[in-house]
Amino acid sequence: MKAKGRVFKYKDNVDTDVIIPARYLNTFDPQELAAHCLEDLDPEFSQRVQAGDIIVAGKNFGCGSSREHAPLAIKTAKVSCVIAATFARIFYRNAINIGLPILESPEAAAGTEAGDELEVDFDQGKIVNLTKGQVFQAQPFPEFMQKIMAAEGLINHIKAESKW
Amino acid sequence: MGMTMSQKILAAHAGKGEVRPGELLEANLDLVLGNDVTTPVAINEFHKTGYTQVFDGEKIAIVPDHFTPNKDLKAAEQCKMVREFAHQMGIANYFEVGAMGIEHCLIPEQGLAVPGDLIIGADSHTCTYGALGAFSTGVGSTDMAAGMATGRLWFKVPSALKFVLKNQPAPWVSGKDIILHIIGQIGVDGALYKSMEFMGDGLAHLSMDDRFTIANMAIEAGAKNGIFMVDAKTIAYVKEHSTKAYRIYEPDADAVYDEEYELDLSTLRPTVAFPHLPANTKTIDEVEDIQIDQVVIGSCTNGRLSDLRTAAGILKGKKVKKGVRVLVFPGTQRIYLQALREGIIEDLVTAGAVVSTPTCGPCLGGHMGILARGERAVSTTNRNFVGRMGHPESEVYLASPAVAAASALTGKITDPAQV
Repeated sequence: MKAKGRVFKYKDNVDTDVIIPARYLNTFDPQELAAHCLEDLDPEFSQRVQAGDIIVAGKNFGCGSSREHAPLAIKTAKVSCVIAATFARIFYRNAINIGLPILESPEAAAGTEAGDELEVDFDQGKIVNLTKGQVFQAQPFPEFMQKIMAAEGLINHIKAESKW
Repeated sequence: MGMTMSQKILAAHAGKGEVRPGELLEANLDLVLGNDVTTPVAINEFHKTGYTQVFDGEKIAIVPDHFTPNKDLKAAEQCKMVREFAHQMGIANYFEVGAMGIEHCLIPEQGLAVPGDLIIGADSHTCTYGALGAFSTGVGSTDMAAGMATGRLWFKVPSALKFVLKNQPAPWVSGKDIILHIIGQIGVDGALYKSMEFMGDGLAHLSMDDRFTIANMAIEAGAKNGIFMVDAKTIAYVKEHSTKAYRIYEPDADAVYDEEYELDLSTLRPTVAFPHLPANTKTIDEVEDIQIDQVVIGSCTNGRLSDLRTAAGILKGKKVKKGVRVLVFPGTQRIYLQALREGIIEDLVTAGAVVSTPTCGPCLGGHMGILARGERAVSTTNRNFVGRMGHPESEVYLASPAVAAASALTGKITDPAQV
């Protein structure tokens, strides 16, 4: 699986309250959530984002609330991948469980700027910054998580594995 | 290799004699929890699994507490969806308005969490039940759906940080001040992916309410779970509230911890987290003139009886500062009723506070106390992120019930020893 897109760059500790403010949690309609994605951090995000674009952020991305609406809003906004120095653990689980591709790479997070074009190879964990001509290597996911992601989320994985 | 408390509970629920940090396993769940915001998404995912029944209607709890009593039409529809699902699936522990409380105050009170349990909840503050010696962690809605369907879930075994609490807390230092101090020390990702394990002679001086507050905010340091050693106070609490079988896990003598922190509770000071991170802490002595518009006392962090007692003790016979809005949210119906019987509610209302039915309400900027642009609140809640209680340009200062009540009297952030 591969992705290619322009970078939206954010800081450390982007919390789920700014990814999708609670005032919009009276619905779980994905399109409505996507329309307000990152509204309190980057009010123009939902208008500017294009299919395939990539979010790159510092450490502890997705901290705070367990709301799955946050990765769902990002995925529905057609972001192809989120790369961060580290992810908060509930967001990490949620992203894997709903099939939003994520990669942890402090080097890529540090070496990437807004507007750069990235190409990401998830199988190899390879991140190429086409704008800067740099290559970063992210930790590949454990096989168990790769299987969930390959099934595009935990629910499909459960359906496929009768053991569950 | 010795195991931590958290590792032992995971091992036992995965049917393993030993586990190591980083190991991936599947484990059996004792309780699966959801609320009115996260459960609708979980129901949607549950139906996609092909399962038509939940694994055990006795081991699921659903507490509509975030936007209840229904704050608007959309919230009402979400609550209706949750209510109908609970009835269809025979979920025994569904708590309607009138019986409900703020979930993390309610679940221990109902005796649904006991030492040694493995609990997941589609709410990040599910880590609260670690106060009882349970392994309890927040997850998302899809995990909740998987848990409801199968009674099992995948976990990565965490490593742990050890916190040895010593001595008696200084005056006006509560569980809230202790956990804010710790988060200030280690940062909002200081315990990322890890367990926070609390022990030491200082525990003897901490009430169960203090311990719930501390475990509740483990997530604000990024932790997977916070967990306390079980002692006589824990057992007394469990016997009073639950008939469930429990099991006590202690860390092995050679348990491996990534770091060990010692805290002399007698040296701590009331602590306030400034906008916009829970780790952005100052002691009350470092706080300069911060004028406030609103005070919130309540939430899953500080909505328990001792919190209300502390606040009422400070406000009794006095008046809140003119122009300051003071909102109090008892955690459960039982807490509300006991506060009524003790005269706490009367003291609060006479002082000029309003008292609401239990709800998460303003903590997450849901309803019942939203801040306008530029407004400031002192709040006993758990997060002060941008826009958390309302407008993105509003500010939340996190503090203990004592600091919040003292601030209500003066209109600025105030040391409770000064009022």
